[in-house]
Amino acid sequence: MKLTASIALLTVSAAALSFSGSALAQQKLIPAQSSIGFVTKQMGVPLEGYFKKFDGQISFDTAKPDAAKISFSIDTGSATLGAPESDAELPKAAWFNVAKFPQASFQSSGVKSLGGGKYQISGKLSIKGNSKDVEIPVALTQANGVTSASGQFAIKRLVFKIGEGEWADTSMVADDVQVKFKLAVSGMGKL
Amino acid sequence: MSSELQAKLHYHPVSIILHWVLGIALVCLFCFGLYMADLPFSPARLKLFNWHKWAGISILGLSVLRLLWRATHPAPPLPTQIEQAMPQWQLKIHHATHIALYALFLIVPLVGWAYTSAAGFPVVLFGQFPLPDLLSPDKALAALIKPWHKFSAFALALLVLLHIAAALKHQLIDRDGLLKRMSLRG
Repeated sequence: MKLTASIALLTVSAAALSFSGSALAQQKLIPAQSSIGFVTKQMGVPLEGYFKKFDGQISFDTAKPDAAKISFSIDTGSATLGAPESDAELPKAAWFNVAKFPQASFQSSGVKSLGGGKYQISGKLSIKGNSKDVEIPVALTQANGVTSASGQFAIKRLVFKIGEGEWADTSMVADDVQVKFKLAVSGMGKL
Repeated sequence: MSSELQAKLHYHPVSIILHWVLGIALVCLFCFGLYMADLPFSPARLKLFNWHKWAGISILGLSVLRLLWRATHPAPPLPTQIEQAMPQWQLKIHHATHIALYALFLIVPLVGWAYTSAAGFPVVLFGQFPLPDLLSPDKALAALIKPWHKFSAFALALLVLLHIAAALKHQLIDRDGLLKRMSLRG
């Protein structure tokens, strides 16, 4: 009897908690429908790659953007440029140094609404033990209960020491890298 | 020999210049390709690969111009004396080699361009001018095409050797002065 009662109590509490205050509820990233990629140039030739594995924690209420908290963790070892030769290079110490820095991370410090479904997310991007403050513009659209957050921002790879030594030559691989993302998020209130 | 007859049996100066410039360029690029192909992955290798592509495309362009030029400024016929001195099989190889050379001048760089397009590495000439892809990126197709750039380049190399050997035969064995027609000083 006691066991059933405890279970019932737990179930009711859990249900109560999950229905409480949607304003502070966690949103959920759908990694399978999301992408984080990057584009740069190699002697003028466009190079496009993406990360196969990443995850994020999102707490975002469009009614209270400044209370938002967004953090991402990206497996640097999951980076691919679509060519086996370059993919074999990326985990090495001169590039992502995956052995020592298996994750790149982003931690938001503030979110500002720009109107029309557009937001500016400020935060710290950390790659290979190097951190930099970045401003990320994001545009939100919604369809079938899934919110799509997309945008892009530029970073300088040398700031993060991505491509060191002989690879620091920016005439070979450009310093400018565009990070592009399209994230599918569930559990967000109506825009 | 009258200067008019001589002109008929002599290549046009533009043809001569194209012949030597492209001949030397092809030999250099072939050696370049041989050297760079097995280099370990490095910035130097990427640089060499890109230079090789730029040179290849430049040669392709010049070869097209050369073909158009030849179409409008036909090559001089073989002097009758020399033609009669050559057995039929030699004459056939003479003509066939030249046709095959022209075909390969175009085929080798086109296959290279096709391969790099299919492999997802478009050519950006001199790092500035993006060229269209001959084929859309397709890994499987790229793998199929890859060896053919090398095979056709080797075929071209063999024909070049044959061409040089035959030219030397005329010069040193037949001593018929045929090479004069491909010399600016001839």
